[in-house]
Amino acid sequence: MSGPVTGTRRTERVIAAIFGVSAIAGIALLAVYLAGGQTQLEAVLLAICLGGIGIGIIAWSQWLLPGALHVEPRHPVAESASADAEREILEEEHSITRRSFLVRALGGALGGLVAALAIPVLSLGPSPGRGLFETPWRKGGLRLVGLDGTPIKATDLPLEGIVTAFPEGYVGTADAQTLLIRVAPDLLKLAQDRMAWAPEGYVAYSKLCTHAGCPVGLYRAAEHRLICPCHQSTFNVLDGAQPVFGPAGRPLPQLPIQLQPDGTFIALGDFSAPVGPAFWDMTDG
Amino acid sequence: MAEPDERTAAPDAAPMEAAMKPSEAGGKRADTDATPADGDAAKERDTELERLVGWVDRRTGLASPVRVAMRKVFPDHWSFLLGEIALFAFVILLATGTFMTFFYTPDARQVTYQGTYQTLDGAQMSAAFASVMRLSFDVEAGLLMRQVHHWAALIFIGAIAAHLARIFFTGAFRRPREVNYLIGIGLLMFALGEGITGYSLPDDLLSGTGLRIIDSVMLSVPFVGPWVASLFFGGEFPTPDILSRLFVFHVMLLPGLLVGGISVHLGLLWFQKHTQYRGGAAREDNVVGLPFWPGQVFRSLGLFFLTAAVIVLVAGLIQINPVWLYGPYVPYLATVPAQPDWYVGWLEGALRLGLPIEPTILGVTIPTTFVPGVLIPGLLVGALTIWPFLEARLTHDHAEHHLLDSPWGTPIRTATGAAGVVLFLVLTLAGGNDVLAVIFDIPVESITGVFRVLLVVAPVLTWLITYRVARERHDRGGTPEEPESILLVRNAAGGFSEAEADQ
Repeated sequence: MSGPVTGTRRTERVIAAIFGVSAIAGIALLAVYLAGGQTQLEAVLLAICLGGIGIGIIAWSQWLLPGALHVEPRHPVAESASADAEREILEEEHSITRRSFLVRALGGALGGLVAALAIPVLSLGPSPGRGLFETPWRKGGLRLVGLDGTPIKATDLPLEGIVTAFPEGYVGTADAQTLLIRVAPDLLKLAQDRMAWAPEGYVAYSKLCTHAGCPVGLYRAAEHRLICPCHQSTFNVLDGAQPVFGPAGRPLPQLPIQLQPDGTFIALGDFSAPVGPAFWDMTDG
Repeated sequence: MAEPDERTAAPDAAPMEAAMKPSEAGGKRADTDATPADGDAAKERDTELERLVGWVDRRTGLASPVRVAMRKVFPDHWSFLLGEIALFAFVILLATGTFMTFFYTPDARQVTYQGTYQTLDGAQMSAAFASVMRLSFDVEAGLLMRQVHHWAALIFIGAIAAHLARIFFTGAFRRPREVNYLIGIGLLMFALGEGITGYSLPDDLLSGTGLRIIDSVMLSVPFVGPWVASLFFGGEFPTPDILSRLFVFHVMLLPGLLVGGISVHLGLLWFQKHTQYRGGAAREDNVVGLPFWPGQVFRSLGLFFLTAAVIVLVAGLIQINPVWLYGPYVPYLATVPAQPDWYVGWLEGALRLGLPIEPTILGVTIPTTFVPGVLIPGLLVGALTIWPFLEARLTHDHAEHHLLDSPWGTPIRTATGAAGVVLFLVLTLAGGNDVLAVIFDIPVESITGVFRVLLVVAPVLTWLITYRVARERHDRGGTPEEPESILLVRNAAGGFSEAEADQ
């Protein structure tokens, strides 16, 4: 501000040059775009264009605008609160609210309206019903098929092998996704009534993590551990997919399967428990 | 020195116009007689702008209030710019987001991809994912717009968080600004909602898995969870309706709430006048700073363009959310490692550190995700929300404050805030426990164990240490409770000695 006029001139010229760079960058950006475009180059040119304007304006304000501090009085906000105005509002309000019977009746009517407005909200989705308790496996007798829809055969799976299975006719269904794993039969330590569910060491569990519903996609065959990639919940395949690490608190539900004479598998019914994440009344199933 | 003259010419333009057309001005201004000489000079430079200002003023009467507004004083400090950066990032989000809505389709129907990206040629995917692929690969500069949008979102929420930290640690939330603080918390929630819904729209493998986790957290609420999840998703996950619902939230409901909320936020700020730091001429009953025009407007405009430049540069050079590498969402696949955007990492970390306990009490199961996914975030946000009222009650300080505190002068507040920040950091790091396990070659089990301990110990230690340090600095007199000034007293021998100033 206080510099000689020639200094100000020079400053003006510098700032004008910065703005000029901006303009050139903007036109260059258009040229690059018309020439076929290149994302990184376009970004750099746009950044130069924007940055030049920003730097130029800030330089203008720093060097050419008065920088002196101004002082403005400030009054406490509470001071502008007016007792008179408040009283007047309350008096007006009182003239309404003294008809307390009518006010209550209006309140009742509005309450009824709120209840009526629940209709569009409740229409947003169906009642949860039994959906969370059941999967397509419930039908019983459905064959286990792979992603391509063809039945999985016992011979497809080597020892320590693993494959994602679905009920025949329901490929890709989220809550029916199943892991079929083959382990040495003598390693399995399932509950007595579940030993029959794992013919010849083929054992099937829900692929939905019991923690937050991610697909349990990792298998460490050497340790027979299933691991969820989302939050690292880890399940022991050998003892009924009990959780051994991570935030999951329940085993992966087991699917009762049966080996057919033709080497395919069928499920005898639904999983041993609701699949996926828990919900409050899940034990009512 | 020509510059200041041009600047002052604009507000004077209206009176000059009034002098020339007394019939329209209605003799409102008495000072027009005082400038007959200027009038001649003005006629020579009766610019388009002057004529426009006069035209508008005679039809709106806005010149007087605008003049008052232009002279309004705003305190000047770098930390007051954090909220502005958030505002500017929001403007960029609106601009790039509008562009993207012209190409995005919130449609879950399966299509076969036939686009430029060879790797996914012929792949089955939702129409939504295909539209994002088209935007990224086939629309000129579409990828740049997408990346700018995503980076602007990260910076938007980052700037809000930094702004909130500034407000908290300097006590700017105290009376009379509690209402604006609550609006600010609401804006933060809307912004987080924007982030989460926007992250979910491309329908890629990561975003679909994220939705699955959100569904699980909703389900976990006792008694109402299954209903809430069903109403939100339109049935049992995964549903065809969810994308169009998220889209409406993302481009209509939440932006509407943000625009409305920001307007009230800034309106109240304008009305109540900005807080200021102690020092210099600043007192409780004044505002010291630069006038709105031209000082603050120039700086803010400059900051807007600089913010935009930085976002564009980062977005153009650093890849973000390459959905084509993740592939379309299928419910039976998941990738590892999957990292969410930074502002969700703490929730992810809380879920990862959750204890594997799922009790059923009187027939009511408490799912594992309830405590880390609902209870802890709810308590943290709740604590943040009620803090101004809690602090006023605990300190019995219900007075108005327009001067900001030094963080060292308020050890309990500062220690509590620091503990909260550390808690957030521990949870965020825990959200990357698998990545850390790979980087440091430690079993993920050990890292999770360490984080479970740190989650409790680190915030407590932080509180104690911060409190101690703040108290020491306070006791040393480093805190500027009163503006510090030094009086030099001249003694009889002609020397000088310091005396602590009273005022």
